[in-house]
Amino acid sequence: MPRCPMTHPDPAMAPKASQPVVIEARNVRKSFGHTEVLKGIDLKVHRGEVVVIIGPSGGGKSTFLRTLNHLDAPSAGEIWINGAPFGFALRNGRAEAVSDAALSMQRRQIGMVFQQFNLFGHMTALDNIRCGPVQVLRRRADLALADARRLLALVGLADRESAYPAQLSGGQQQRVAIARALAMEPAAMLFDEPTSALDPEMVGEVLNVMLDLAAKGMTMVIVTHEIQFARKAADRILFMEDGMIVEEGHPARMVDSPKHERTRRFLRLVGEAA
Amino acid sequence: MWDGSTFLHYLHSGYLLTGAAISLALSIGAMAIGIVLGTIAALMRMSQRRWLRQPAGFYVWLFRGTPVLVQLIIIYTGLPQIGISLGVVASALVGLGVNEGAYLAEIIRAGVASVPKGQFEAARAIGMTWAKTMRVIILPQAARIILPPLGNSFNGLMKTSSLASVISLEELLRRTELLVQVKFKVLELFCVAAVYYLVLTTLWGFVQQWLEARASRSLSATPGDARARPARIALDNAALSHDAS
Repeated sequence: MPRCPMTHPDPAMAPKASQPVVIEARNVRKSFGHTEVLKGIDLKVHRGEVVVIIGPSGGGKSTFLRTLNHLDAPSAGEIWINGAPFGFALRNGRAEAVSDAALSMQRRQIGMVFQQFNLFGHMTALDNIRCGPVQVLRRRADLALADARRLLALVGLADRESAYPAQLSGGQQQRVAIARALAMEPAAMLFDEPTSALDPEMVGEVLNVMLDLAAKGMTMVIVTHEIQFARKAADRILFMEDGMIVEEGHPARMVDSPKHERTRRFLRLVGEAA
Repeated sequence: MWDGSTFLHYLHSGYLLTGAAISLALSIGAMAIGIVLGTIAALMRMSQRRWLRQPAGFYVWLFRGTPVLVQLIIIYTGLPQIGISLGVVASALVGLGVNEGAYLAEIIRAGVASVPKGQFEAARAIGMTWAKTMRVIILPQAARIILPPLGNSFNGLMKTSSLASVISLEELLRRTELLVQVKFKVLELFCVAAVYYLVLTTLWGFVQQWLEARASRSLSATPGDARARPARIALDNAALSHDAS
């Protein structure tokens, strides 16, 4: 494989870095019992940026992603969304947890796509998508319906609106799940291994939807093992291991000539498995 | 001697039929109370907070651990002594309902626990509050699991409602007893009552079947349907030769 010229060797020089910061993690730590899973992670994601996190299983990638929308509350450190504190409020200079209602309100800004799709089993594809706008955003029913149909068409499933999740393939379910997250018009989207639970022949259809989103300027943080996808879609790749970011950089540079020995070893292992 | 004509006569008597209707109404009312209390108790028992968990646990322990007949007598005959007079109908409804709630709490808790955690997380991720997540996402799905044992429980309740005769509520059994005292046809009249109970529980069996079939509709995937339609998005697997995950 020919080496790509390193046009942006330093992520800080990438053009999207001049955009405002959408998601900021400051020294995020997370412990489960006595096990420290995240050991102080800092990350700034700029508007329109696609950040892909790679690394071995158990390295804390998914946990970190889940702290970004407070599905797992950080044990220490802070998350900021669009320059505002997320999941906490500053009172007299001290961070305090916010109420469930306030946190729920803030979560609307961040869409999430799960490894296991997690479509609502008792709802059709269409209802899955419009559920959030109707129930949470109190959107007018006719507008929510039109919007849900538009999103279903966007992910290529216009003809499956009345199908229940159990009647859809994994790839179709994941595309509905992406549409469901988009329906909330989030400022950013988080993807937690979105293709890991899919049969190989369905991986492409989901990645294509994600590439499409990236091209439209959606801000995304993606945890994945799809290295070639990362190379193609990402503005920046982070390599995470043992609860820390070991290395980060431009996708071509990271994939083709990683600096760190641990990154090299991981990429070699993933490459052999392919 | 078995008096067949008396049996047949009272099989369509308005007096006993009304009694059966009262039994049914009492059961429905108590079930409604039980479902509300049971849901609240179930959610409290699943809470992280001990001050919510413990009172609910105490409620379930107390009412499952004592006979409903004793509860009914305490509520109707005992409570007036400390100034709480509920009357016959209210006592029966409260007694049966509160007891039912204690049993349903366990059934509902198991149902909620059977809904995959991912459903909860997905609802939270689109900004639903805890309460909305429960109401819109979790409980409707738990209902499918809960429905069969809930139906059995209602079947039991229709028969247990006959205990209200002890506190002189004129439901089916009480009316039968009153009739027996006048007509002295013990076997025939109690057999009529038994037939009425059988009709009630049998009809409920059909309703339950219908409800369960309705609730499981969205779960039944048509085999083969899922992959029958090709994805509209052109696959670009050459460019995205994916590695194994």
